[in-house]
Amino acid sequence: MFMKRHVLTMREFSREEIDSVLDLAASLEPYARGQKSDMMAGKILALLFFEPSTRTRMSFETAMKRLGGGVINLGPAEGSSISKGESLADTVRVIGGYADALVIRHPKEGSARLASQFSPVPVLNAGDGAGHHPTQTLLDLYTIKKESHLENLSIALVGDLKYGRTVHSLAYALSLFGADITLVSPASLRMPDSIKSDLSSKGTRVRETCDLGEVINNVDVLYMTRIQRERFPDPVEYNKVASCYRITPEFMAGAREGLIVMHPLPRVDEIAPSVDETPHARYFQQSFYGVPVRMALLKMLISGGS
Amino acid sequence: MSEIKEEQKGLRVKPINNGTVIDHIAGGQALNVLKILGIAGTTDATVSVVMNVESRKLCKKDIVKVEDRELFEEEVNRIALIAPAASINIIRDGKVIEKRTVDLPDEIVGVVRCQNPNCISNTLEPIKSRMLVKTKNPVLLRCLYCEQPLTDRIADYLI
Repeated sequence: MFMKRHVLTMREFSREEIDSVLDLAASLEPYARGQKSDMMAGKILALLFFEPSTRTRMSFETAMKRLGGGVINLGPAEGSSISKGESLADTVRVIGGYADALVIRHPKEGSARLASQFSPVPVLNAGDGAGHHPTQTLLDLYTIKKESHLENLSIALVGDLKYGRTVHSLAYALSLFGADITLVSPASLRMPDSIKSDLSSKGTRVRETCDLGEVINNVDVLYMTRIQRERFPDPVEYNKVASCYRITPEFMAGAREGLIVMHPLPRVDEIAPSVDETPHARYFQQSFYGVPVRMALLKMLISGGS
Repeated sequence: MSEIKEEQKGLRVKPINNGTVIDHIAGGQALNVLKILGIAGTTDATVSVVMNVESRKLCKKDIVKVEDRELFEEEVNRIALIAPAASINIIRDGKVIEKRTVDLPDEIVGVVRCQNPNCISNTLEPIKSRMLVKTKNPVLLRCLYCEQPLTDRIADYLI
């Protein structure tokens, strides 16, 4: 079922391939929680992070180590061959010779695809500039499947829908599952028309609103994202907009029973810390699910098949 | 052919004996056509360029004649990026031995750079730009690397 050599964008995944990743992730979850495994014994994963990352880098490292494999790290670019002017193409050719798979995060869009053209081993894209971050989308889908349901899903994507790469690929993936999507954002941060028309052309129901209160009792999943201060030249305007997209336990009182709140993290102040104690909060589980999902991808790419 | 003959009668540019005549280029695009063909100002080839002459098919058209060089199909097809109505005439011993239209290939390599300044293809990496042709009329290109589309002002991004 899973015939990929590299994981670069969600657009390259069929519904069946997504299902096979999520199924394998479910079977690997006990190992993510600490059960001993030597599935990846003798295998090495190389982490090439040209940009800072905490959870993505550490969850890949955890996934590989929990499966009994080893990890090598590029480390900071300063002092490495990169600072001497080595091309990305040469770097992945060299490090691909040391490892069984490469994980790459790079500030330039298209960098993971370039890496895949030169690497002798599978490449996993962990974020290429404003481009793609497919493993985040897969862990989001896994969270929805585990904590809610993927069939007949009604979901609100909230916050910065213009620049947020996470919501663009998630919306695309949800269109494969026939989800009902409500886009909630300030007018200046609406999802680009090209993405909306792409979703509509796939038969996905897409609604748009600026009012978060309007959707709270109509959705199964509230997917929050951070509104970045730097998108607003006027701080007063930022504060006004940000306060409209901040959720509190009081606000959640009107929510449908069983509604879950997700967030790719890090959060700033769009979710009040007191929401963590409500039965709706799932963002920390979501973050944990990055481990079994990345385990599944590593197993499929390095060992082959499911 | 008739328009070429009419133009020959007016002797705006004399007929060539051997080489390639590219006719029905949209008015004003001839120099971009030369750029796509890799014919720069320092070329040794004999090249004639006629710009903005009246045309029945187009309001105004350009014509390019390259002497003693028969252009390959893959070379001329790239012209469709900016001159989709162009016709190609291969001339031998003063006679047209082949006449064809241009048809854009599915991928254009090393001809148009990506308009996204943050795309990896706009760095010093050892790669050529690669544009996938999503639609041919109107021309819609998409960068293989960063997936950013390029629709208008394609001529501005010729390498």
